[in-house]
Amino acid sequence: MSDHHHEDDHDHHHNSPLSGTALRVKALESLLVDKGLIDSKTLDEIVDTYEYRVGPRNGAQIVARAWVDPAYKMRLLANATAAIAEFGFIERWAEDMVAIENTPTIRNMVVCTLCSCYPWPVLGLPPAWYKSDAYRARSVIDPRGVLKELGDDVPESVEVRVWDSTAELRYLVLPERPSGTEGWTEEQLAAIVTRDSMIGVARIELPNVTS
Amino acid sequence: MNSIHDMGGMHGLGPVVAEHSDHVFHEYWQGRVFALRMACSFHRKWNADMGRYARERMPAANFLTASYYERALYTLETLLVENGLVTSAELSSGNSTGKAEVSGVLQPSAVAAIVRSRRKSRIDEEIAPHFNVGDRVMTLNEHPIGHTRLPRYARGRQGVIDRDHGVFVFADSNAMTRDRKPQHLYGVRIAATELWGDNASPRDSVYLDLWDDHLKPV
Repeated sequence: MSDHHHEDDHDHHHNSPLSGTALRVKALESLLVDKGLIDSKTLDEIVDTYEYRVGPRNGAQIVARAWVDPAYKMRLLANATAAIAEFGFIERWAEDMVAIENTPTIRNMVVCTLCSCYPWPVLGLPPAWYKSDAYRARSVIDPRGVLKELGDDVPESVEVRVWDSTAELRYLVLPERPSGTEGWTEEQLAAIVTRDSMIGVARIELPNVTS
Repeated sequence: MNSIHDMGGMHGLGPVVAEHSDHVFHEYWQGRVFALRMACSFHRKWNADMGRYARERMPAANFLTASYYERALYTLETLLVENGLVTSAELSSGNSTGKAEVSGVLQPSAVAAIVRSRRKSRIDEEIAPHFNVGDRVMTLNEHPIGHTRLPRYARGRQGVIDRDHGVFVFADSNAMTRDRKPQHLYGVRIAATELWGDNASPRDSVYLDLWDDHLKPV
């Protein structure tokens, strides 16, 4: 049990002495190396992979492809696991994915009320707010309030669908393509797709709209 | 089990605070905990559902005051001891009393493949579904002391089968006895008003993924 209860994902304590938890983790890693259960170089590789190589840029490429290629979009909505496997982020037989489409009249948002399930291969690791108790508790009972707190006021006329990830299926929201992006390339489009839009808590806004 | 991990619908947990950083680990030790968990899972002494059940058994008062990665650390320590990879004496002293009996360790070169191939819960077996898309169903009102993926807020509620995902390992039994109990998994749509009463928006709904064993016909 931890005796250090004041630290959370928002804290930054640079140059401070190791916390009780940090010491406990260091001791555990050293014990597991001694037991012959892990290789510390593998831990470095895992951390590096999730810090720099797997992240929401993967999902953004999928969204951009679906926006420019109607046949791909159909494949994605019909069988997201296979459609995502075309990019190589995930094996065809591995984690099952479901893609859900936002429209002018339907908003989708994803949560995991029981733990913090999240589509790692396409979005990387979740932001702290997604794992927070507040988001997990309130998304299902007050989705419109949560969306508002995150900066997105959804009109009463729009239907809100909340997807609680209670099984080994992971959800990717296909956000609405913003107007003003007609004729953009797939690369340009991928650059404006945000992580939060693929969780379903934000619309995509165009930067520096001049028209 | 009806513990604090099952949070859907609770009040009193504060506002949702947005964070616009793509930084995934805010402290060095958080990344180590994440990686330790993955490297230890490689030994296949437990499955993901057993992992979730271990986390759920963290005493509720401690759970609430722990951060996400502190909960993960507690879970890992629990799994290591319960599954015989480490003794509780070794854990508290930090001193190894001998090598664990395992056939190898996860190598750095194998990480990339693991990231793309995590978890296989879908089962290629021909099993008849109990329900069809469009059927009205009632979720069970049961309160098992063990693991369940049917959250409290959605028990004893009427919904509609939105889609049939196919045959999957049943998490509730896989967590307790490793019994995979393959059966159909469905996307079930439950109206917000059915879950939360008349003050909820009549347009809105919650979709949950539930198994045959969670549902009965209406």
